[in-house]
Amino acid sequence: MEFDTIAGIASGMGGGIGIIRISGPDALKAAGAIFRTKKYLKDPKKEWNQAYFEKKETHTIHYGMIVNEDGSMLDEVMVLLMKAPRSYTCEDVVEIDSHGGPFLVQKILKRILHQGVRLAEPGEFTKRAFLNGRIDLAQAEAVMKMISSKGEFALESATKQLEGRVSGYIEEIRQEILHNMGYIEAALDDPEHYELDGFSEKLYDILQKECNRLHELLDNFENGRMKSEGINTVIVGKPNAGKSSLMNLLLDEERAIVTNIAGTTRDILEETVHIGNIVLNLVDTAGIHDTEDIVEHMGVEKAKEYLGQADFIIYVVDASIPLDEADHKIIELLSDKKGVILKNKSDLEKNLDDKELEQKLHWDCIDFSSKTTKGLSKLEKYITDSFLEGNISYNDQIYLTSVRHRDAVEKAVVSLKRTMQTIEDGMPEDLFIIDMMDAYEKLGLINGKTASEDLVNKIFKEFCMGK
Amino acid sequence: MSYIYESYDAVVIGAGHAGCEAALALARLGFRTLVFTVSIDSVAMMPCNPNVGGSSKGHLVREIDALGGEMGKNIDKTYIQSKMLNMSKGPAVHSLRAQADKKDYSRSMRMVLENTDNLTIKQGEVAKILVEDGKVTGVVTASDAQYPCKAVVMCTGTYLNARCVYGDVSNYTGPNGLSAANHLTQSLLDLGVDIRRFKTGTPARVDKRTIDFSKMEEQFGDEKVVPFSFTNTPEDIEKEQISCWLTYTNEKTHKIIMDNIDRSPLYSGNIKGTGPRYCPSIEDKVVRFADKNRHQVFLEPEGNYTNEMYVGGMSSSLPEDVQYEMYHSVPGLEHATIVRNAYAIEYDCINPVQLKASLEFKDISGFFSAGQANGSSGYEEAAAQGIIAGINAAQKLAGKEPLILDRSQAYIGVLIDDLITKGTNEPYRMMTSRAEYRLLLRQDNADIRLTGIGHDIGLISDERYDKLCKKMELIKKEIQRLEKTTIGATKEVQKFLEKNGSTLLQSGATLAELLKRPELSYDLLAEIDTDRESLPADVCDQVNINLKYDGYIKRQERQVAQYKKLENKKIPEDIDYDDVYSLRKEATQKLKEFRPASVGQASRISGVSPADISVLLVYLERK
Repeated sequence: MEFDTIAGIASGMGGGIGIIRISGPDALKAAGAIFRTKKYLKDPKKEWNQAYFEKKETHTIHYGMIVNEDGSMLDEVMVLLMKAPRSYTCEDVVEIDSHGGPFLVQKILKRILHQGVRLAEPGEFTKRAFLNGRIDLAQAEAVMKMISSKGEFALESATKQLEGRVSGYIEEIRQEILHNMGYIEAALDDPEHYELDGFSEKLYDILQKECNRLHELLDNFENGRMKSEGINTVIVGKPNAGKSSLMNLLLDEERAIVTNIAGTTRDILEETVHIGNIVLNLVDTAGIHDTEDIVEHMGVEKAKEYLGQADFIIYVVDASIPLDEADHKIIELLSDKKGVILKNKSDLEKNLDDKELEQKLHWDCIDFSSKTTKGLSKLEKYITDSFLEGNISYNDQIYLTSVRHRDAVEKAVVSLKRTMQTIEDGMPEDLFIIDMMDAYEKLGLINGKTASEDLVNKIFKEFCMGK
Repeated sequence: MSYIYESYDAVVIGAGHAGCEAALALARLGFRTLVFTVSIDSVAMMPCNPNVGGSSKGHLVREIDALGGEMGKNIDKTYIQSKMLNMSKGPAVHSLRAQADKKDYSRSMRMVLENTDNLTIKQGEVAKILVEDGKVTGVVTASDAQYPCKAVVMCTGTYLNARCVYGDVSNYTGPNGLSAANHLTQSLLDLGVDIRRFKTGTPARVDKRTIDFSKMEEQFGDEKVVPFSFTNTPEDIEKEQISCWLTYTNEKTHKIIMDNIDRSPLYSGNIKGTGPRYCPSIEDKVVRFADKNRHQVFLEPEGNYTNEMYVGGMSSSLPEDVQYEMYHSVPGLEHATIVRNAYAIEYDCINPVQLKASLEFKDISGFFSAGQANGSSGYEEAAAQGIIAGINAAQKLAGKEPLILDRSQAYIGVLIDDLITKGTNEPYRMMTSRAEYRLLLRQDNADIRLTGIGHDIGLISDERYDKLCKKMELIKKEIQRLEKTTIGATKEVQKFLEKNGSTLLQSGATLAELLKRPELSYDLLAEIDTDRESLPADVCDQVNINLKYDGYIKRQERQVAQYKKLENKKIPEDIDYDDVYSLRKEATQKLKEFRPASVGQASRISGVSPADISVLLVYLERK
């Protein structure tokens, strides 16, 4: 069967190695175009031979560098060649192994996609393997099931909520494009009713604005902010309640200084923690209490600021002593927020008045001991459940979560730019639609919306048509 | 007593715009055809607006003509004003519209039918379709006469169980008070056909003598008229034209409507049929677009030999007394006498998703349906379906493959694909925005797109086809010449460029490259293109458009190539969707209901997701 060339990340995110798989007739060419041997890079006199891999034997491994567009080095990699039909898909397959972590893996993938290779659909490698007779029906059906229940998988993904917000942002841009297409179409359909005089200048500015908005998304992606995606989780509690010990438990290593003297955590500590599929941006605060110590004071102010940005709060209470003035102050700050109470030091004698705490702060409580790690798995489960049930959500920064989306946004920008070029060229208005529709559809790929009847419905809804 | 009267190859029910094209196609292809009409005086009647064409509808008429249909020729004979709309915009949306002399249009079409071999017109109402073993075997009239036949094309327009509503009053008649067809719906229901009820409307007609035209703007026709039919030249059809007139509603009009809105049957619930959004009644416009303080009103002559003027833009189903008050509030109509009142009409039509792309019922072999009976609206949409249904009934009788135009070939293809794949909840009107590839589907190249097909079918003469081939050859050669001819930066050339506000040349450029500049055109370039031979105007036009929009055309062609990939993946008719593992339940239901012919068509059905299409593709590859 004839197929185009596809690429995708074959390894799960996280973990030591990232594998990018390319399959199809142009796989060797695409890999050859972005690969350089160390030897060549030392002495790059003549032009790089892009057909480098095509002459190599099948089932061989090659060591070298992936380079950026300008020839600078991007990452050190191992490249595996498996020529047709001796590969998983029965097509030419190239696997690029990178040690560079998720961000670099995405960058390498992006380089490949710029070689005229298409991003693989979920399960597409397996689909090809089946269609080319490599695997049997039972195996293929398992994959098909995966394709069709993509939605359920997405639900489990920790990025779902993030995508929801991107979807909203993208939808705003789509609606702006749609409205303007609707106006043009109304004018074309009912020229005696709607004028297009001076419209293209206005549209030019609108398209410029929407392009900028899309660029913002792309910039976020490029800056690697993606890495910091996660639930902003803040740990609070009065001095020496056990906040740093909790942080260490979650981090599984001693990073924060743990002492018995109140107020030894001077600076705010930030760490990224994986719990199941969920990423937490964990923030340990200095104990919140009034103090004359200027350094300590800065920490407290910062803690208040972090609380304002928190998606989720873990309030650590020392269960071995009763609530005091410091606790009351903290509880005041927490009253309108979401979180959980950890009753720490449950290994010691209990002096905390549960009823009093319950009345003051209506959060769920978990008995905890940082010494015996009692309650730790319960806490982790509590966070996971809250997220999946939608009780915790991300802060409102908007990121693109995948190369697929970035790809779509890039294409939409190209289409909008083309429309602007069409306007500059003084072309008639009906030609604007070709590229505007393209941008509209491309953006629809991100939030899963198809165009079909949108335009016609828009025209009727917003413009008074017909005699 | 039921009796067998006479057998025919094909029976066409209805002689409106769809029926006429269907019957002519069948008869011209050599099949003995009988056309039934409830009134012999209503052949090709125009019960609503007095014009043919308009945005995107003009495209349909050109396509019908390119296939060998009659509508274009008939309006060329009987028009009283003609205008090319959207001339300031791109060639894809240029659209021809002509005002017709209604009576003349009808009479002229009737004469064509009457003088076509193999064609018989009969006044009568068909009450029943006869079907045996899933195949059509004939029709029975209301008078119980049986007409055996092998193919039936249903073109019943707005006549099935028709009811006209004038405010509080209603009559069970078809348009213009003609008798309705009250039997056929039951026969269709008995055959398992899914029936809908739609609504449309028409404005009042007023007496020309009572209009004060001094308060209106005169709307002239074009000085140089473009014919609808590719067989006519502008000189062939030149004539003196009659004007239309433009005036506006005002806040007083809107107040009258709002004060009486509770008496509108559309708002009181007296009419339950679904009305069209693109042709809203004036009360609809006033309610839905409350921020607009005026709406356009066009006064259009109904013909040369009548004083009746059509009040375009003010269709209404308000009661008579309110209508009087409302019309009289419009400048120029203060003292207008109403000849016919506005009314709304409700009628039965079929759910078109029961049809194949050939317009044959999926479940009844030899039974075709076309026009407003399929849930469309407009004379042109009806005629377009009519000619396709007629051609395909003929193909069926001849044992040949049906003619199916796809979305990249013709507006007709878009129209039919939309109807049968998406269905419709209101009378469906063609719009240029519905055509994804409209830069390729222009009204100026309908002959290039379709006349070869019409010739293969047998509706286009060899002579006409040869003429087209010559035209295409000329276009090709001239484009090649322009692409090859390099112009140097000579003094004359620079002077020419400067004169036309174009950037001066640094070095040489081909004529084709110069033509792409927005400020230049093929005509203008004649000045520096000294070797040019004189070519026919339509050839020059094609050369200009093809080169000027080359980049955009190529882009659309690439889109078409993408679209064709899925379109060419056929789904076998006997596919068992329950057997397609892991298809979602909703998709399975939809696919079972629509039974799409190709994966492309399946992908356009609402409720079928891209993931379902993936699954379906894998399943089909496995087969």
